Amino acid sequence: MSDRALRIGLPVLMLALVLLAWDVVVRVLAIPPFVLPGPGLVLSTLIADGGLLWHSLLVTLITTFEGFLLAAIGGIGLAILFSQSRLIEYSLYPYAVILQVTPIVAIAPLLLIYLPQPLAVLACAWIVAFFPVLANTTLGLSSVDHNLLALFELYQASRWQLLWNLKLPSALPQMLTGLRIAGGLSLIGAVVAEIAAGSAGAGSGLAYRIAESGYRLNIPRMFAALLLLSLAGIAIFFALSALSHLALRRWHESAVKRER
Amino acid sequence: MSSSGTEIVSLRNVGKTFESGTVALDGLSLNVRDGEFVSLLGPSGCGKSTSLRIIAGLSAPSAGAIEWPDGSSKIGFVFQEPTLMPWADVAANVRLPLKLAHADDAQARDAVCQALEHVGLADFAQSYPRELSGGMKMRASIARALATEPQLLLMDEPFAALDEITRFKLNNDLLRLWQELRRTVIFVTHSVFESVYLSQRIVVMTPRPGRVFADIAIPAPYPRDERFRTSADYAGYCRTVSEALGQAMAGAP
Repeated sequence: MSDRALRIGLPVLMLALVLLAWDVVVRVLAIPPFVLPGPGLVLSTLIADGGLLWHSLLVTLITTFEGFLLAAIGGIGLAILFSQSRLIEYSLYPYAVILQVTPIVAIAPLLLIYLPQPLAVLACAWIVAFFPVLANTTLGLSSVDHNLLALFELYQASRWQLLWNLKLPSALPQMLTGLRIAGGLSLIGAVVAEIAAGSAGAGSGLAYRIAESGYRLNIPRMFAALLLLSLAGIAIFFALSALSHLALRRWHESAVKRER
Repeated sequence: MSSSGTEIVSLRNVGKTFESGTVALDGLSLNVRDGEFVSLLGPSGCGKSTSLRIIAGLSAPSAGAIEWPDGSSKIGFVFQEPTLMPWADVAANVRLPLKLAHADDAQARDAVCQALEHVGLADFAQSYPRELSGGMKMRASIARALATEPQLLLMDEPFAALDEITRFKLNNDLLRLWQELRRTVIFVTHSVFESVYLSQRIVVMTPRPGRVFADIAIPAPYPRDERFRTSADYAGYCRTVSEALGQAMAGAP
C-alpha cells in the first residue's frame, strides 16, 4: 500500500472502529440517550436539527472569520509597526503579551459587561488569535538575511521598498504559520465568548446551542453541535494550510518536496 | 592591458575599529585605477571584507577618508554567498537593483536579458534560486551586480564556497566579462592561486590590524587561460605572492 493510501486509510479505519465500539457499548449496556447517545442518534439529531444548527454554525463561523481577519490585520500591522520603530515595540509589546497570557475565559465576562454582545464575542476571538500572528510575523520581519539587507542599502532602497520587497516576502513563511495558528484560535475565542455570553442570557452561535442543550439535557444535540464545531475547526485548518502551501510552494523548503 | 587609467577610488589612511574594540583596519591606503583588476589578498581577519564594505558605503570608516576623483561611481557588489531572494525567480532577482532605482520597464527588461546573457543564464530566467546549482546561483548574483552597469565591481570571496572545477570555470568567465565590459574589479580572496590567475595587481594585507603589506603587479598578458594556469610564469608569480603572504602573516601575532 502506498504511503498516501495509508495516511488516509488508517485514520478512516480507526474512526470506523471507534464508532462501532461506541455503538456496541451503548446498545449492550443499554445506556440511555441523556447519558450517552449512540453515533446513529447523534447523526439523526444532526439531520433533524439541521436548520437550527446550521444557522448557529453560520453565526459562529462569521464571528470566527471576522475575529481572524481582525487578528490578521492587527497582528501583521502591529508587527510592521514594531519593525519600523523600536520605541513603539518597547511601549506596546509587554501589553500584547499580557493580553495573551491572561486566560480568555476570565476576560470574556468583563468584555460582556462593557461591550454589546456581538462586539464582545468578536473582541474575544481577536484577543486570542492576534498574538501568534504578531509574534510570528515579528520574528519573520527581524530574521531577514543580513547580506540582502546590505544589498538593499547599497542600492539605496527606501523604507517602503525595503518593507515591501524584502521584509514582508522574507517573513511570509512565519506569517503564514502565525495565521494557521490564529485560524484555530479564533474559533476557540468565539466559542469561549459565546459560552460566557450564553450564561449571561442571549446568543445563537453553536457554542450557545451546546450550553443550552446541556441545560435541557438534550445530550444528542450537544454531540451534534460539537461534531459541527470540530468539522469547522478542521476545515479552517485545511483551508489555511492549503493557502500556506500555495504561497510557498515555489520557493520555501517547507513546501517543496524533497528530492531523493 | 592598460593599467594606467585615472584613479577611480582611493583610500587614505583608512582605519576601522568595531564597537567591540576590534581594530579591523589601521592606516590602509589604496589607489584603484579605472579599468583595473585588483585583488585584496590576506588571511581571514585581515579586514579585506571590511575594506570592501567601506568602499561600498555599507560601513563607515572610523578614521581616514575615501576619495572618488570623478565623483562617486555606480557600484555592483557580489557577496560571499549568492544572496538571492528565494521567493523571486532569477530574472526578478537580477532586476532588483533596477526596480529599486525605479528604472523604466522596457529598459529594465533589456538590461536583465543582457546581464543574464553575459553570465550564460539566459535560459534560466524563470528558474527559482533553489532550482540552481551553487555555480549558477553565483552567476545570477554576478548578473544582478552587472544589471546597473556599474563602473566598479566589488567581489567579496565570491567563489570561495564553490568546488574547484566550478571555480575555474567562473574565473575564466569573469576574466572574459572583465575584458568585454572594461569595468574596474576589486576582488577579495584568500587564495594565492586565484588572485594570481585573475589580477593585474595583488594587494597583500597583514592581519590585525589590516593594512597593506605589499603591492605586487602580475604583468602576464590577457587573455589568460588554462595554459597560463599551468605555466612556469604562473608558478613563479604564485611563489612570489605566497612568500609575501607568509611574511605578512609572520609579522602578526
